[in-house]
Amino acid sequence: MRTELRLGFFLLLTPLVLWLSLLIIIPHIDMFLVSLRERIGVGKYQLSLANYLTFLEEPLYLWTFLRTALMSIMATLITLVIAFPVSFYIAKMVKGRLQAVLFLLCLVPFWVSELVRTFGWMILLRETGVISNFLQWAGLVSGPVEMLYNDVAIMIGLVYTSMLFMVVPLVTTLESLDDAVIEAGYDLGGSGPSILREIIIPHAMPGIVSGSIVVFMLSLGNYLTPRILGGKDSLWFTELIYSQFIVRFNWELGAAFGFMLLILSSVIVWGMLRLTGQTLEKTMG
Amino acid sequence: MIPTIPQPRAVRLAYNAYIVLFFLYLALPLAVVAVFAFNDSQFPSLPWEGFTWDWFFGTERPKIGVFHERPILRSIGTSAFIAVVVSLLSVAVGTSNAFLFNRFQFRFRGFLYVLMLLPLVVPGIVLGISILVFSSRLANGLEDGTGLELEMLRPGIVLIILGQFSFITTIATLVISARLQRFDITLEEAAMNLGAGRITAVATITLPYLGPALIGAFVVAFLMSFENFNTTLMLVGSDAPLTITMFDRLKEGSTPLLNAVSLLLMLVSSLLALVMIMVQRK
Repeated sequence: MRTELRLGFFLLLTPLVLWLSLLIIIPHIDMFLVSLRERIGVGKYQLSLANYLTFLEEPLYLWTFLRTALMSIMATLITLVIAFPVSFYIAKMVKGRLQAVLFLLCLVPFWVSELVRTFGWMILLRETGVISNFLQWAGLVSGPVEMLYNDVAIMIGLVYTSMLFMVVPLVTTLESLDDAVIEAGYDLGGSGPSILREIIIPHAMPGIVSGSIVVFMLSLGNYLTPRILGGKDSLWFTELIYSQFIVRFNWELGAAFGFMLLILSSVIVWGMLRLTGQTLEKTMG
Repeated sequence: MIPTIPQPRAVRLAYNAYIVLFFLYLALPLAVVAVFAFNDSQFPSLPWEGFTWDWFFGTERPKIGVFHERPILRSIGTSAFIAVVVSLLSVAVGTSNAFLFNRFQFRFRGFLYVLMLLPLVVPGIVLGISILVFSSRLANGLEDGTGLELEMLRPGIVLIILGQFSFITTIATLVISARLQRFDITLEEAAMNLGAGRITAVATITLPYLGPALIGAFVVAFLMSFENFNTTLMLVGSDAPLTITMFDRLKEGSTPLLNAVSLLLMLVSSLLALVMIMVQRK
C-alpha cells in the first residue's frame, strides 16, 4: 500500500516538475544568461553587463520603461475606480436573476479576443470613426477629429481590456460581506463615506489586491493595445522587446529588456502584496 | 448604500445612471464591430453605404467574404488545432496537479504551489521570449553536437503550443482544484471499503464528480489559447494562427472582412460560454 501511494505521488509529481522546470524555470534562467553576454565577434561572446548598461544609458529605453510602469499603474487605478461602484452594485444592490444577468453581461465582452475589442475602439476613435462623425453631426466640432494614436486612446483601451479582471474578484469579495455589518455601521451613526472607508474597503481588500495585480500585469505586458491604439511610436516597453527580438535580431539586449520587465512586475506585485499584508496563494489560488 | 438603507432619490438615480453608462461603455466597441461587418464599403467606418452580406459570402475582389478567404480560413484551422492540443494537455496536467496538491502533504508543497502560480504573474511576452531563447539554444546545441536539425524547436506550431500551455496549465489547475477541494473524500473511502482499488475508486467516483470542472477548464483553456496574442507573437513561425493574421491585416489597414471574422468569433465564444454555463449548472 505504501509503495503504491509513493508511486502515485511520483506519477503526479512528474508532470508538474517537468512543466515548471522545462517551460518556466530553465527558460528564464537561460534568458537571464543570454542577457548577460556581449557579442565580441562572429559567434563569440563574453560575460558582461553591457546590455544593462545600454538600457540605463539610453534615455529612450529608460524613459519608455518608466512611462510604461507609470501608465500601467494609472490604468490599474482608473480601472479600480470605475469597477468598484459597478461591482458593489452587482454584489449588494441587486439580487437573484438580475444579479446573475448583470454579472454575466460584465463577462461577455471578455469572451471575445482582445484584438476584436481593440479593433472596436479603433473604429470608434479614428478620424473617420463613429465618435468623430457623431461630434460633427452634433455640431460640436467643425471637421474630423483624430482621437487615435495618443496616450488617452491607449489608456481607454487598457482600462477596457482589463475591466473584467477587476470586476470578478471585487464582486466575489463584496458578496461575502454581510448586509447586517453595513446596517450596524449606520445604526452606530456612521455616514456613507465613513462606512465605505471603515467597513467596505477593508473587507474588499483581498479582491482589490488580486484585481489590481492582474490588471497591472496585463497592462504592463500588453503589446496589442498600445501598438494599435497608440500607433507605431507609442513607446510601450513590450514594443522595445519585440523590436529587439524580431526586427533587429539583437537577442542579448532583448533578453535584458525582458528581464527588466520581469523584475519591474515582480517588484510591484511583491510590494502590493507586502503593503496590504496579502500572500500570492491567497489572492491568486 | 444597500437597498435596506434609504438614500436620497438623486443619489439612487445617479447610481443607476452610472451603471447604465458602464454597460453602454462595455457594449459599444463590440456593437460597432458587429454593425460594420454589414457595411457595403471598403472601410469599416462611416458613412454607411448600405447593408450587405458580401463580407461573409462575397466571392469577388475586392469584396471577398470570410468563407472564401483562404488565408483567414487556414489560420482559423491553425488556431483551432493549437487550442485543442493546448486544452487537452493543460487539462491533463492540471488534473494531475490538482490531485497532487489536494491529496498529498510533502516537503516543498507550499513552495511548489507558489511556483505553480508564477506563470500568471509573468508577462506573456516574457514567457514567449524565454521559451524562444531556450529552445533556440537547444536546437543550436543539437545541431552543433550531432548535426541533427530539429525543426520543432524553431518558431512554429509546436513552440506556440508549449508557450500557451506553460501558463494555461496554471489556470486549469486552479479551476479543477477548486472543485476537487469540495469533494467528500469519504465517498472514495466507501468505494474502497466495498472492494474497489484506489484507481477504480478515483475513476468511477472522483473523476465523474470532477466532470463539470474538467469541461469548464477545457473551454476556458480553449478560449485563452484561441485568443492568446502576446506569447504567440514571439513564437510564431510560418503558420500564423488567427490572432496574428488579423493583427497583420489590421496594421496594413482594415476592411470590413475583419469585422465579419470578429462577429463570427463573438458568436462562437458566446456559444461556448452558454455551453459552459449549462454544464456548470448541472
